Amino acid sequence: MTDSNRRDALKCLGVGAGTLFTMTGGVFSAFDISEAGAATGTPLFLQISDTHIGFNKPANTDVIGTLNRSIDFVNAMPVAPSLVLHTGDVTHLSKPEEFDTAHQLLLRMKAGDLHVVPGEHDVIDGPGAEFLNHFGKPSDGKGYYSFDHMGVHFIALVNVMNFKPNGLGALGDEQLAWLKQDLWHRSASQPIVVFAHMPLWTIYEPWGWGTSEGEQIAALLRRFGSVTVLNGHIHQIVQKVEGNITFHSARSTAYPQPLAGSGPGPGPLVVPADQLPGMLGVTTLVARKKKIALTDTTLA
Amino acid sequence: MKSTIIAGLLMLASATGVRAQDTTVEIQHFMFKMDVTVTPGSTVTWKNLDGEPHTVASIDGLFRSKGLDEGDTYSFKFDKPGVYKYICSIHPSMRATVTVK
Repeated sequence: MTDSNRRDALKCLGVGAGTLFTMTGGVFSAFDISEAGAATGTPLFLQISDTHIGFNKPANTDVIGTLNRSIDFVNAMPVAPSLVLHTGDVTHLSKPEEFDTAHQLLLRMKAGDLHVVPGEHDVIDGPGAEFLNHFGKPSDGKGYYSFDHMGVHFIALVNVMNFKPNGLGALGDEQLAWLKQDLWHRSASQPIVVFAHMPLWTIYEPWGWGTSEGEQIAALLRRFGSVTVLNGHIHQIVQKVEGNITFHSARSTAYPQPLAGSGPGPGPLVVPADQLPGMLGVTTLVARKKKIALTDTTLA
Repeated sequence: MKSTIIAGLLMLASATGVRAQDTTVEIQHFMFKMDVTVTPGSTVTWKNLDGEPHTVASIDGLFRSKGLDEGDTYSFKFDKPGVYKYICSIHPSMRATVTVK
């Protein structure tokens, strides 16, 4: 299939899918899936984010519909992702019925294990009891945990429960100590994927788009040959490469948000209906040799 | 027993003759629109006008609303004098104060 044919075929899917990640020679990279003719390789995993089930405002009055279209896109992939990472804001208001609906929809995905970290919208009650009821099993109710999959070390972090007065996310001392412990004995040649809801790097401090311990976290990761750091929260793609660390921020499947600093705050952005699908999506990650390539796919 | 004490305290408060000043604080554009000063016994009501949910959560844990969607309100009655600082727990850079005196 030529690139343009592939692009057309993918456009016909009409989904607001995610980001595709491929690993090539130890480094993850990301690209738009509609331009991913060269992105051969076995899909490794899928990132989906900010599904905001329960949201029902002009920015998107059918968040279940757009999540379903994203799931249809995943289910139509030639190779099923062996893992799905949800980077938080599963629900809009942490209501039990929102969690039930979201969880049922996500389980419709034909893919491997589902791993979920909470967003601040999932822990409005404080301790995140309902979130942990649904998604806390792998972490024994703590929220943060790590696991190995296909030779890659995955680390799930929670940065939405220890907010600092400046509004930045934070891990807190206990989780940071755990992270040090989790990493110190690992071989620098093992690819690492870290995922959390809020950006683990500072994108825009006035809106709290960052994590207070970002520099300490990056310092722990710098010695590794291939590190991919994923987040949601800001409902748009922003990417940064720093040495061997690739930072990547995913789209939402629910609604877009403004560019940093544009307007009064990071609330839902209302766009013309025909532009909405192009602003929603998912990310796919594909491993090739020791590198990972990321592909972002929209619902357009 | 507990309810008797509370009822007693309420009677005491009304007996002092200080008039309660119920007031509303609007939440809009990711801000609590104003700091307020009220007399003891006053009820403060918050109303969220943003399309994004917010909460009203005191720093010391005295009060904490659920997630307030657009148009939702939350009320808390302040019986004791003091300076009560609070934030939105979803957007903690949103901060304001209720002073009771």
